Amino acid sequence: MMGHDQDSTDEDSHSQMENLALNDNFPPLQSSFNGAFQNPLSPPPEISTTAIDDSSAETLTQSNQNNIQNPNSTNLPEFESTEFSVKRRFREVVTLSERLSETFRGYFIPLRPDKSIMESQMMQTNDFVEQRRVAIEKYLKKLAAHPVIRKSDEFKVFLQVEGRLPLVKTTDVASRMLDGVVKLPGQLMGESTVAPEEVVQPARSGRDLFRLFKELRQAVSNDWGGVKPTIVEEDKEFLEKKEKLNDLELQLSNVSQQAEMLVKAQQDIGETMGELGLVFVKMTKFEFEEALYECQRTRAADMKNMATAAVKASRLYRELNSQTVKHLDKLHDYLGMMLSVDNAFTDRSNALLTVQTLVSELSSLESRVEKLEVASSKIFGGDKSRMRKIEELKEAIKATEDARCCAVKEYERIKENNRSELARLDKERQADFLSMLKGFVVNQAGFAEKMASVWEKVAEETKEYGNGVS
Amino acid sequence: MQQNQRSSSSGSSQSPRSPQSQPFLSVSVSDPVKLGNGVQAYISYRVFTKTNLPDYQGPEKIVIRRYNDFVWLRDRLFERYKGIFIPPLPEKSAVEKFRFSAEFIEMRRQGLDLFVNRIASHPELRLSDDLRLFLQADEETMERVRAQDLGIFKKPSDLMQIFKDMQSKVSDVVLGKEKPVEESTPEYEKMKRYIFELEEHLGEAQKHAFRLVKRQRELGQSLSDFGKAVKLLGACEGDSLGKAFAELGTKSEELSIKLQAEAHHLLMSFEEPLKDYVRAVQSIKATIAERATAFKQHCELSETVKLKEINLDKLMLTRSDKYGDAEAEYRELKAESEEATRRFETIVRLMNEEMVRFQEQKTADMGVAFHEFAKGQAHLANSFAGAWRGLLPKLEACSS
Repeated sequence: MMGHDQDSTDEDSHSQMENLALNDNFPPLQSSFNGAFQNPLSPPPEISTTAIDDSSAETLTQSNQNNIQNPNSTNLPEFESTEFSVKRRFREVVTLSERLSETFRGYFIPLRPDKSIMESQMMQTNDFVEQRRVAIEKYLKKLAAHPVIRKSDEFKVFLQVEGRLPLVKTTDVASRMLDGVVKLPGQLMGESTVAPEEVVQPARSGRDLFRLFKELRQAVSNDWGGVKPTIVEEDKEFLEKKEKLNDLELQLSNVSQQAEMLVKAQQDIGETMGELGLVFVKMTKFEFEEALYECQRTRAADMKNMATAAVKASRLYRELNSQTVKHLDKLHDYLGMMLSVDNAFTDRSNALLTVQTLVSELSSLESRVEKLEVASSKIFGGDKSRMRKIEELKEAIKATEDARCCAVKEYERIKENNRSELARLDKERQADFLSMLKGFVVNQAGFAEKMASVWEKVAEETKEYGNGVS
Repeated sequence: MQQNQRSSSSGSSQSPRSPQSQPFLSVSVSDPVKLGNGVQAYISYRVFTKTNLPDYQGPEKIVIRRYNDFVWLRDRLFERYKGIFIPPLPEKSAVEKFRFSAEFIEMRRQGLDLFVNRIASHPELRLSDDLRLFLQADEETMERVRAQDLGIFKKPSDLMQIFKDMQSKVSDVVLGKEKPVEESTPEYEKMKRYIFELEEHLGEAQKHAFRLVKRQRELGQSLSDFGKAVKLLGACEGDSLGKAFAELGTKSEELSIKLQAEAHHLLMSFEEPLKDYVRAVQSIKATIAERATAFKQHCELSETVKLKEINLDKLMLTRSDKYGDAEAEYRELKAESEEATRRFETIVRLMNEEMVRFQEQKTADMGVAFHEFAKGQAHLANSFAGAWRGLLPKLEACSS
């Protein structure tokens, strides 16, 4: 059911900023699942953010007044115009991310920036606002780079529709909650008339309380019960990949740590080299000023060459480091992505749990019917109350059966999402890491060549002292 | 066996490597060996002398010496050759466990070798009897002489000095003058100021040089750790990406070894010469102190002689019978005073010559140190560049 964009080579090209007038007529929102795959190779929307302090906006009790303005540009056809700008608050970013996790279960969805537990005073500082703006921009860019998510309604609306984020859900949150409460007894008794689509969403605490209980019981029985559930995770390939990704996460974290240490060491040596250079600069001046003998002036001249080179070297180290940080940042990006992968795998296991729960439910309903039928058959002429009960149960079985079908479909959908995302992750990771390695090596080589020429010059200038010393 | 790489450009001294027809004396300190047990353990060094000087035993001689023997030699020369900048010794180590580390021993050996070679190439010091004893005496004799001098050495002169100080202080007070007995010609002031400022600069430089050695080592270590981690990641990834990581990891480990080697080179060829420079300046400060002492003695004795002369004239005029004794005293004192003045003037003359020599020597020493530094860094950078460039085609191959 779900296909997606496999060939995202979008990282390489960005759309141009085109100066067309803003078009106020936005396309009607479509379901993001269907057919939004025109131009799979077109570049992602280019996103930039600026923070604005708009104290006249939103008179809510929340003290967070930091609004983000998104001037964006794109040339994706599903975005009607090519340049638009909206104002957003951080909580709307949170809403967007929540919506996306509901809609795109099984996908590797980039993680949103953290909520802050700082005091309201701290939140007003320029540093904090700037930090947050940068984080939000990074987040939105990552979303824009995801071949499926960037075509989603949620994302489009977020970027284009001014005003408080409407985000009308296919199932309204509030009414779902109420439904859940009303239908509690029904669910409990198995007499539910729960719309089968409800099962498509995972159970949420505070809402589907009893569904939660049932799934919990199922989970416990999976782990500790003697009987294996009828439907289990069978996909060997998936399990192997999962193992590998766990290992990968470990190794990535390790390399990331060592990379940090390497950057620090490069920084330290650069600083010390610079300090040494400055000491020699001072000493050069000293010797020149105090010189009584010609040899002192010679020494001062030698020292000056040395000092100049050391200062140059120090600058080269600084350059090297800023480039190294840029390249090795890819490691951090992918580490972050591991969390998204975890979430996607959790979506999968949650969906499986739902299926398992419904299957158990179904079988227990069926056995109750069986028992009642047996008991009822023993009574001549039938047992009116038991017959009624059987009818109710049969209805429940039908509803549960429908729900089970939905749940299985959802599970399969998520599995497919997992699979395609894993393939995408592998492909993109290969390309990204290879380019990271190349960048790192080219950077190091260039730095080394420049260093060599700096010191070769000094060696040349002092070659008269090299009397056969190896 | 000559290991002294410092060529002296001063005309008055012999290059340790000069041809054999002229009188020569060449020395090397090598082969450190740990002797003794536990707390008594120490390092002994092989001192090899090659010479054609007449007073020496044969063209070649080997003796075994320990650090304290070198200290004895330095102290004797310092006593006897006031005014000359005695070459510095490497320090005693404060930290016990460091005492026997290979690096420390090598640094010390290098320092001792330099020490002896500088003495052997100094026009006056090389003729010293103490040096000859040090280079030629058998080990028992050396030990005996050292033990003898250890107890006796400084104390009498110290005591005499203290006594004389007290005397002069008393006479100053009695005579109502507290004039400073310090030399204060502008040239000498300038020289002193130069030496003290130089010590500060050099201390800074040496500190940063040492830190640089440390940083180089740390960089080597972190590159090695990085390489290991990358290799593990490569093993996890597998396929061509895994191979790329493996190549990078291996290369990093190789290069980290080069970094460690260069760190050692930096220590021995750059940091140690700077430290040696600092020690040399401290030796000059010791000579400055000696000069101050000599000046004080010369001043005081001159003053005392003058007073005695006045007194003597008085006695002569009064035809006192104390005249005879007083005259004898006076003559003695006058001789002492002239001796003190001579000593002081010798120190001044020697110091001036030594300053020239010192400056020239240090220009050469620093030149070599800078050259070594630059060569080492250039060499390191070139091997890095070569290694990384060489890796690129392999990475290209992995991505196709």
